[in-house]
Amino acid sequence: MQTTLLIEQILNGVQFGVMLFLMAAGLTLIFGVMGVINLAHGSLYMLGAFACAAVATATGSFWLGLMASLAAAAAAGAIVELLVIRRLYDRDHLDQVLATFALILIFSEGTRWLFGSFPLYLNIPPVLSGAVDLPAGARYQLYRLAIILVGIAVAIGLYLLISKTRLGMRIRAGQSDREMIAALGVDIRTLYTVVFALGAALAGLAGAMVGALQSVQVGMGEPVLILAFVVIVIGGIGSIKGALVGAALVGLVDTLGRFLLPQFFALFLGPSQGTTVGAALASMLIYIVMALILAVRPRGLFAAST
Amino acid sequence: MKRMRAETPINFLLAGLLLLVPLAALALEEPFYITLATRMAILALAAVGLNLALGLGGLVSFGHAAFFGIGGYTAGILSTHASNAQPLMTWPIEIGGSDNMLVIWPVAVVLSGLVALVTGAISLRTSGVYFIMITLAFAQMIYYFATSWPAYGGEDGLSLGLRNAFPGINTALPLNFFLICYALLIAALYLFARIRDSRFGTALQAARQNQVRLAAVGISPFPIRLAAFVLSAMMTGLAGSLFADLNRFVSPSMLSWQMSGELIVLVILGGTGRLFGPVAGAMLFVLFEFILGGFTERWQLFLGLILLGVVLFARGGLLGLLAGKVRHG
Repeated sequence: MQTTLLIEQILNGVQFGVMLFLMAAGLTLIFGVMGVINLAHGSLYMLGAFACAAVATATGSFWLGLMASLAAAAAAGAIVELLVIRRLYDRDHLDQVLATFALILIFSEGTRWLFGSFPLYLNIPPVLSGAVDLPAGARYQLYRLAIILVGIAVAIGLYLLISKTRLGMRIRAGQSDREMIAALGVDIRTLYTVVFALGAALAGLAGAMVGALQSVQVGMGEPVLILAFVVIVIGGIGSIKGALVGAALVGLVDTLGRFLLPQFFALFLGPSQGTTVGAALASMLIYIVMALILAVRPRGLFAAST
Repeated sequence: MKRMRAETPINFLLAGLLLLVPLAALALEEPFYITLATRMAILALAAVGLNLALGLGGLVSFGHAAFFGIGGYTAGILSTHASNAQPLMTWPIEIGGSDNMLVIWPVAVVLSGLVALVTGAISLRTSGVYFIMITLAFAQMIYYFATSWPAYGGEDGLSLGLRNAFPGINTALPLNFFLICYALLIAALYLFARIRDSRFGTALQAARQNQVRLAAVGISPFPIRLAAFVLSAMMTGLAGSLFADLNRFVSPSMLSWQMSGELIVLVILGGTGRLFGPVAGAMLFVLFEFILGGFTERWQLFLGLILLGVVLFARGGLLGLLAGKVRHG
């Protein structure tokens, strides 16, 4: 029983990590290429979830919803980049934090205006409902397994995009020297819009996929956003590889901490108090891990050279 | 300093205006406006604290809600223990709660300072975006601790039965409580001005402009920044304990990242690094909240638009518009 539960929790951790990776990859790409901290990334995640839920409810098809979430998030990302973010490239981080904080307020209230304050619900598509048998007698929800696979596919896709394609070459060039690639005739403004839309689409995808596991509501993006920040800080800002490792670490540490720590402390302090102490400590655990990692490596595990 | 002179009349005007609001409220028999003015004074005090780190030191702390909340919980926890006549700890020595502001304030200030000393020592090893995110993460850590620790209300927060007492003054009267907050705000502003014009303040501002040069003249930036961070947290912590008393309620929302964001907004809205910037910012913010909140439930949407406008087009904040740009900004 305990091992099957443990396997299930490890998979939950991986699934959580995959979702964080989708968020963190966009954030770290945007920071790496454009040097912008985008607090509104969580809003794009929320937007993806709402678009998916609304379209899936209207058409009855989860897959159309998923497409809509990608399109809506990418479009919102591109518009935000053109209208606001573009003006922030040569500002300091303080201005960027503030402007994107303002964007969160606008997005949250705007969404509440359009969809009301009640949460929406999104059903898991029938093909992916049910559970699969795993070795050692464990069973696991097929949909969560699918999320893990999508995440792995996106990670591979991003790797190929960045290391093998012309667009990826430009992104890498933009990361190392903006002025130089502009001087070489690359249309840097369009490149920035494309990168921002790409990051936004990844956030929208994450939101849509998670929307089927929990309720879709205003404010769902910010907790994930902050965890994604922890991920990229641990991994090293600007590094996709760091985002992957950081996401896996944060996903596993958080999920397993919540599962194991209460039981661990219950051994010493008795069930009720042990659970309280364990749960409180588990909710802080990833931040403690982050502080420890940064105390040793102030620029994260895989710091980019910038 | 020269820039003080250009601003001084506006500063006096702001201080006078804030003092005038509750008096006008009394005359109009609208006691709610006193609460509004008290809220302005307390948020201004918290933002004066942040302005020390952010404005003078250039340390963009996205986690000052942590200190605001620590101050709030100090007031809440001490007064709960006092009203239940239940000691906080019995071993090794017995320490009881207290509902005396003169006890609560120092405890709130010292606790905020200690937490800032530890988190600041780690955070200041980094800079730029990393610093922003680490301060955010530390605040989140304390936030989640507060929500998951059931002894003091957890997610539901903690109610204070009565407003804490100040010897010789009836704090239950809104005007008296406002005057206490106002006096503390003025004291904090005086301290801010003294710090800004001191050798320490000069070094702090130099560290913001160029760390390497500061190090080259033989001053190590780290201890200076850490001291500024701790002082800044102490002021914000004090404001937090007053805020708990104002609402007679503390909840994890005082520790939330939105609160940290709001504090930054107050500083920027008024004018970063300006003496009275946080006061102008807090007055403007509470006013927006009140006026827009009266028109529409969606006031945050408009707040967002205004904020975006300020960042993109009016970079000096309100004082920048009124008193002109600061040189060496």
